[in-house]
Amino acid sequence: MGAAAITAEGLAKRYRIGEQRAAYGTLRDSIAASAHRLLQRDGLRRHHAREEIWALQDVTFSVGESEVLGVIGRNGAGKSTLLKILTRITTPTSGRAEIRGRVGSLLEVGTGFHPELTGRENIFLNGAILGMRRQEILSRFSEIVAFSGIEKFIDTPVKRYSSGMYVRLAFSVAAHFEPEVLLVDEVLAVGDAEFQQRCLGRMEDLSSEGRTVVFVSHSMPAVARLCDRAILLDGGRIVRDGPSEDVVAHYLQHAHGTGSLRMWSDVASAPGNDRAKLRCVRVVTEDGALVENADVRRPVGIEIAFTLLRPTAVVPKIKVTDPQGDVCFNAIDTDSRWDDPSPAGDHTATAWIPANLLNEGLYTVDVDVASLEAGRFAVHARMRDAVSFHVLDPAEGDSAKGGFVGNWRGSVRPLLDWTYERG
Amino acid sequence: MSEAELDLRDLPVEEIEDPAEALALGRPAPRVTVIKPATGWPTFDVRELWAYRELALRLVWRDIMVRYKQTVIGVAWVLFQPAVTTLIYALVYGKFAKFPAGQLPYPLLALSGLIPAQYFQAALTRSSGSIVSNVNLVTKVYFPRVLMPISAVIGPLVDLAFACVLLVAVMAWYGIWPESPVVVLAPLFILLSLVTALGTGLFLSAVNVRFRDVPYVIPLFMQILPLVSGVPYDVSELPEKWQWLLYANPLTAVIAGWRWTVLNAAAPDPAKLAVSLGVAALLVTVGLAFFRRSEPKFADAI
Repeated sequence: MGAAAITAEGLAKRYRIGEQRAAYGTLRDSIAASAHRLLQRDGLRRHHAREEIWALQDVTFSVGESEVLGVIGRNGAGKSTLLKILTRITTPTSGRAEIRGRVGSLLEVGTGFHPELTGRENIFLNGAILGMRRQEILSRFSEIVAFSGIEKFIDTPVKRYSSGMYVRLAFSVAAHFEPEVLLVDEVLAVGDAEFQQRCLGRMEDLSSEGRTVVFVSHSMPAVARLCDRAILLDGGRIVRDGPSEDVVAHYLQHAHGTGSLRMWSDVASAPGNDRAKLRCVRVVTEDGALVENADVRRPVGIEIAFTLLRPTAVVPKIKVTDPQGDVCFNAIDTDSRWDDPSPAGDHTATAWIPANLLNEGLYTVDVDVASLEAGRFAVHARMRDAVSFHVLDPAEGDSAKGGFVGNWRGSVRPLLDWTYERG
Repeated sequence: MSEAELDLRDLPVEEIEDPAEALALGRPAPRVTVIKPATGWPTFDVRELWAYRELALRLVWRDIMVRYKQTVIGVAWVLFQPAVTTLIYALVYGKFAKFPAGQLPYPLLALSGLIPAQYFQAALTRSSGSIVSNVNLVTKVYFPRVLMPISAVIGPLVDLAFACVLLVAVMAWYGIWPESPVVVLAPLFILLSLVTALGTGLFLSAVNVRFRDVPYVIPLFMQILPLVSGVPYDVSELPEKWQWLLYANPLTAVIAGWRWTVLNAAAPDPAKLAVSLGVAALLVTVGLAFFRRSEPKFADAI
């Protein structure tokens, strides 16, 4: 690692809400608003204070030459704003940054593509917009066309392309653009599976060629895999800066309120009624160890410890919510051991979620201790969002994604048995 | 290898190069891009603009390609519009209203005025909408934004060139040809038109980012413009005080100058011409300053 390729000192960006939302109106609206403000003089000052938000505050970091830096954080944490400042699309409100070397940005592929122009014409247009010289485009033209695999349609207007062809051509231009410092938004990774994989593959190539890359992403596995270092943004500030695995792990553990362990030491305040009280809920591995980040290839146990205050016929129940916030599944223990009233005292039941069932991301678990009465549940003890855990894919090729490294959609991700017949 | 060569190689290479130019040219040399808050009145960086000349030309090229691809009879429209307008003018203003045409046959007077006016209209309309219509570029990639209004006023020059073919045909019909060497000055009057359109377009394109009223205002303005710039009449036939007022509109000088250089009409009064030039210079200065002042907010406000 040589000199710093990027240094940022105290970068800050203030938005007035009016600039972001309802950004433009007509002159009439503006006059009306001014008139309104004039009429309510004291409202003016309050108005201003409330409408300002700091999208970025005191962001200081540096990126070494040929380093790959990941930028992570929740939506609205300031990731995109930071990237827009580094790409000079918008200016910071205060602070300063310097970038050494030729800068290229990929916030979107196919920027400036015009539907009326042919593939050939768009290669030149898009290349010029990205910052390539005409000579550079000419010398790589045949490579770009070959890589896109659309030689036959190169003189067809792109409005007649399928979306797949369009993206392939657009990506092909971007892939042959070789700046020394590349700023990438994960928006890039939207597209079909093959495309995502190519994007990530291309980023690996660039970093192995010694280019400096700043990669803004939501995909923790991609950041952990591709980046040497990561910074975590929260509320527009850097809250963590270090090796990408550490920062990703920190983010996964602290981004949400609940963790993988929930205990109630005091029976009186524990959730439950006069029949059942929860004592402890844990997320565990097969060998009983507490786990925050579960390997997608291993089973995960949801261990529910509860106390029955008097003999009751109960059944433990879990509800698992997927990273999108949708109910992934409900499960109860259907074993006959719960058919008869269980004795008073402590009980511990563990629900095992099979390996290769859940997708990557944060899953939250609601826990119930309930009685099944005439086909309906009567809940004695309930804890919503009792525990949460992250499912991670180490991307070693033996999960349901195979060798794919991008975002794999779906609430679940089973590893299915496939049959095959030739012919 | 001699020692001298070794010494040279071992010297630290401190290449002094303009970062913006290097950025656009992609030379493998050290250069630094400095990102800092927008200061009050930003300077106008001609070197950066020069570094981005390829992109500017590419944007002009795009506009021209798209314009002639989208219409079935592309070039024909460029001739059709002034031809029909000339006929209407000749009939309404020339025949019925008897507007003063000076020494020129009325259709030639009208056409020679309409061609620069048509260019001005296209250049102003396109440059004033250039930022908003390129929203995908403004929010996704950096380049000097001023390239967009600039390329927008260059593209319509192609239409103008085609329209000149029509003018030449009508000149041939009347047997009127340039008789004086001042004809070489004709492009300068088109340049004056370009500068005026650019100045106004810079201002309006920046306003358009905040207030989308601009596209509604321009057609209204365009209705009035030919009447106050001497398109359907000869300005020199008007009372002196009105002439001074009309020359505050640079397009008046453009049209009078065009008739002088191409059609052997009387030369415009240099003092009045100076008024037009002064207004054009003022427009482009104010337009550019306003544009540069607004530029840092484009991506946030658009």
